[in-house]
Parts: sequence; structure tokens; C-alpha cells
Amino acid sequence: MILRLIITNLLRHRVRTLMSIAGIASSVAAMLTVVTILQGAVGMFSGLLASDSESIVFEKNVSDLFFSEVPGNALGQIAGWPMVEHADAVVFGIVSSHDQPVITCFGITSQDARLRKATWIEGSAAEFRSEGQAIVLGERAAGFLHAHRGDTVPVGHGFFPVAGVIRTSNGFEDGGVFMPLKAAQQFFHKDGSSVITVKLRKAEEVGAFKARIAATYPNLTALENQEFDRTYSQFRILKATAWAVGGCGLLLGGFGIANTMLMSVFSRIREIAILRVNGFSRLQVASLVLSEATVLSMIGAVLGLGAGSVLLIAMKYIPALHGYVDASLQPAVLLLVLLLALLTGIAGALYPAFHAMRIRAVEALRFE
Amino acid sequence: MSQNRSLEHFPASAPTAVMAETRGLWKSYDEGAIEVLRGIDLTVQTGESIALCGPSGCGKSTLLHLVGGLDFADKGEIFVEGKPLADGNRALDLLRHQVGFVFQLHNLLPDLTLMENCLIPAVAAGTRRAMAEERVRELASRMGLEARLGSRIQKLSGGERQRTAICRALMNRPHLLLADEPTGSLDAKTADSVFQLLLETVAADGLTLLMATHDRALAARCQRTIEMRDGRLLEEASYGSL
Repeated sequence: MILRLIITNLLRHRVRTLMSIAGIASSVAAMLTVVTILQGAVGMFSGLLASDSESIVFEKNVSDLFFSEVPGNALGQIAGWPMVEHADAVVFGIVSSHDQPVITCFGITSQDARLRKATWIEGSAAEFRSEGQAIVLGERAAGFLHAHRGDTVPVGHGFFPVAGVIRTSNGFEDGGVFMPLKAAQQFFHKDGSSVITVKLRKAEEVGAFKARIAATYPNLTALENQEFDRTYSQFRILKATAWAVGGCGLLLGGFGIANTMLMSVFSRIREIAILRVNGFSRLQVASLVLSEATVLSMIGAVLGLGAGSVLLIAMKYIPALHGYVDASLQPAVLLLVLLLALLTGIAGALYPAFHAMRIRAVEALRFE
Repeated sequence: MSQNRSLEHFPASAPTAVMAETRGLWKSYDEGAIEVLRGIDLTVQTGESIALCGPSGCGKSTLLHLVGGLDFADKGEIFVEGKPLADGNRALDLLRHQVGFVFQLHNLLPDLTLMENCLIPAVAAGTRRAMAEERVRELASRMGLEARLGSRIQKLSGGERQRTAICRALMNRPHLLLADEPTGSLDAKTADSVFQLLLETVAADGLTLLMATHDRALAARCQRTIEMRDGRLLEEASYGSL
């Protein structure tokens, strides 16, 4: 019966109802898209670091790994510790070309897992030398640099021969340039590396490893990959930005709900008075208004999730975004977006519900 | 049915207790500029039917609203079944399940069916759906509406709408029925039949009826008729004397 009242009211002003649902749906779609893309970007970046490793060593208190400076002698020492299975130094750098404002460069050794795991489209891992100058391009980078194996391409202020082209599932890698470690150090004027990624022989030795890093290198810190994802300030800023942008969108949707419910209450004063006269308590009237808002929010949220998912899938097939958009929706994100949409709808209906509670039945019915 | 139907046709249950009582009831609007009720003292015995008569604006409807807890007095006390009413009082919400209202205009929700309209008080009271529907069928049968249960209100005639309003008022088996010009919007013939049904139901269920009306013929069919003028109870006349 309550559901009947809710549906009757929502159907009574179909356009208004549809506009509210559209408002919430577009807000949810925007939030889902922004959050998923940025989380995907964060995931990709952390994926870069976690390639066949579970810990990362970098300079303490740097705001961005591009500014991290790990001493050159640290790699040899850390790799020699009994608990370490292998350690890889990585230099991160950013250059630009005439039509690409950002090209990520990775200075790596020939043993790096990225080269082993990638699908080689041109050339092979054996042709990449840690000491040489020849670089390997991600597939998308090869596309926008119009380069093939054997060509020489401009990267930043230098020119490098191309040893091969690889395909990876990571957008940064796919649009990136892989330089031999020494060439990258020279190119980016680094004595050491940006980070050292470490795989331990036994996962349970991570505590001891972190303690040894702290004792041996007071200026460095070691974090497990998940720990790094949680604490790295750039990731936190990105995630906060995503939720803030999405939250603003949802706020607008909430205002839409508030407007709709307020209009609904204003146009139903007589109906609410009739309910009151027939035994509905103030709380029941408020619940009715809040339930209507909840139904609107839920329909909007579900439609928004659908629209957002379609949008993400479509973006995945845009060549320029290849590898940058991770369209796999995380259950936690879905749940949070649904919950936020629900809370926004309810929050938007609070004042209308309060107004409905205060309707004096006798006054409303007097003007017959 | 004749409008002169006498009281013995509707033997009320013997008044054994006070159903409602008002003491020194004052009510004004526009910050005291318009005094509507001026010290009303009224005692309604359980099971009796009372008609409040008087010209428009004399305070009949206001008195009903106050007794039914729809509005609040500026001064004075109201007791329904011995319980005092006060603004914000939880007793007020409980009271709404014990008091049935019938208005001049039916005040039904036009988008809902007869059945759904009648279910509203039951929903408010938290009655189980099956039980509530059974009650609607029973009342609709008594009011001759059983064939119209699934009809939307727009499809009903004026008399059917008012009978539906009576069904709805009786849904929660109220002890007190407050009727404000219950047949005021109906033609004479329909009004007579609807009022007849109302009185029969009141008598059969042993309800207490407090009704505001202009219609002295209808008033005469109640056990007591009380005349109101300018917010005061003027006189109490036995039926037939007016």
C-alpha cells in the first residue's frame, strides 16, 4: 500500500520524476567514471612498481617518485642481502615530443620483469642491453612516434635507436619508453635510481627487510606494495580528487531530488492532510517522502551505474586511451557509489520530509 | 428512507461512560482577532449521537477538529475516553486510530481505488494486509459498495464516494465518529440514503457520533441536537423540537 502511494505519486508527475532520476543517474555515472578511471590510473601506476616484486624502496618523504633519489650503490647491497631474491632499480622520467605532452620513460635493466612479461611485437628481450642506448617502445608509444624496430626516434632532447616494440596491458607502459638503466641515469642526470623494487625469498621476512632498510639507509623507506598504494601522497590526492569531483556531481543530483520532493510535497499538501486525518503519524508522512526519494535515488543510481559502465567500456576502445581505462568495476566502488546516491537522495528529501511533517491537516483541508 | 425517521429506529447503546469531554474550550484565529469558540463545555456520552447545529462560522467544524485532535485549543481541556489531548502528545497519534472522520467533501485520494482508499487508516495503524482487506470487504458490503472495490474514485458517484469515506472512517473500528456535514455535498435523496447508512452503522457498532450539520432534518434523527451560535453552545434540544 505504501509502495502504491509512492509509485502513484512518482507516476503522477512523470517528467519531474524522470528529470530527478536523470539527475541522479548522470551524477552517479560521472562519479563512477571519474573514480574508476582515476583508480584505474592509480592501479596502473602501482602495477608498474609491483612488476614481479612485493616491496618498493624509495627516498623518504618525497611527494612524487619522480623526485626520489636512491643511491647507486644501494642496488648492489640490497640485492646481496640473503632475504632478497632479486632487486631491480628503476628510473622514472617524463619527456615530451612535439605532439605528446607526456611520455613516461622507464630506466630499467635487461633482467626487468616488464620485458619478460610483455608481448614482443617487434624485436626480442635479448636485444635490450642494460649498457646500450637502444630503447624499447610500448605499442602505443611506437604508434604516436611512428617508429619501428631499427628506427631512431627523438625522445626529449636526445635520439635513440629502437630495439623493439612491446605490448602490455598497462596504459603507462604501453605509452611509455623503456631505456637502458645507464642511459636513463645519464639522460635524467641521476646517479642512482628513482626506486628499487624488491622480491623477497619469503614474504614473512618483509618486516625484517623494512627494518634493515631503515637501519642501513636512514634516508630511504621500504613499503609493501599495498602499503605504498595506501600511503603514497600522489595516490591519495588522486583518489581524494576523484571522490571530491564525483561527490560534487552527486551533490547536484541531491539538489535535484530536494527540488523534486519539495515540489511534490507542495503539490500534495491536501493529500498529506488526508493521510494525517486518517491516522498517518508525522513520522509515517516523513517516511513516505523519504521512501519516495529513496526509490528515485535507487532507480537513478542503478541507471547511472549502467550508463557509467557502458561509458567506461566505450572509453576502453578509444585508441588514445588504450590501457589507461580499467573498466573492471570494483564491488567496493559500486557499493560506495550506491550508498552515496542513496544517502544523497535521503539527505535531499530531509527538508521536504520535515515540511511534510509540519503540514496542519485542518488548515490544509479547510480550503476545500 | 424518511428524513423524519425517529430515534427508536436507531437504538444507541446505553451511555455508560463519557466518550469525550471539553472544559472551557477557547479557540481563535488571526492571533485572537477571530474568536471561534468561546468557552465550550460539552460532554459526549459513549454510544450517543449528537448533532451540532448552527449557522456557518459558529464553530461547529472547529469543535469537531479539536475533539478529533486535528487542531489545538487556545485554552481549555479536551478528554477523549478519559485521556487528555495536547499538542505533540503521543496520545494524539493513538487517538487518530480511535476516531473516524467523515467530511463534507469525501477527501478521498483520486488516484487510488476504493479498496486502497479504505486501507489507508489500516496502513497507518499497522494492521495486517489480509485482515485490513477483509475489513474493507465487510464495510463495503454493508455500504453496498462490494462491486466497486477495485474502482478508482473518479469512477464513483457522489453518493458512492461519501459511502466510501464512511467505510474509510470506520476501518479501524473507531469508538468515536466525527462527521462534518457528511451529506452536505449530496443531493437530498442521496444524502438521505447515505445518512441512513451512517446512522445504521453507528447504531449497529455502538459508536458515538458527533456531527456538525446545517440540516435540521438530519439533526433531528440524532439522539441529541445542540445549537451553536458565535462560538457558544446555546441550548440543547431533544430531537424533533427544532
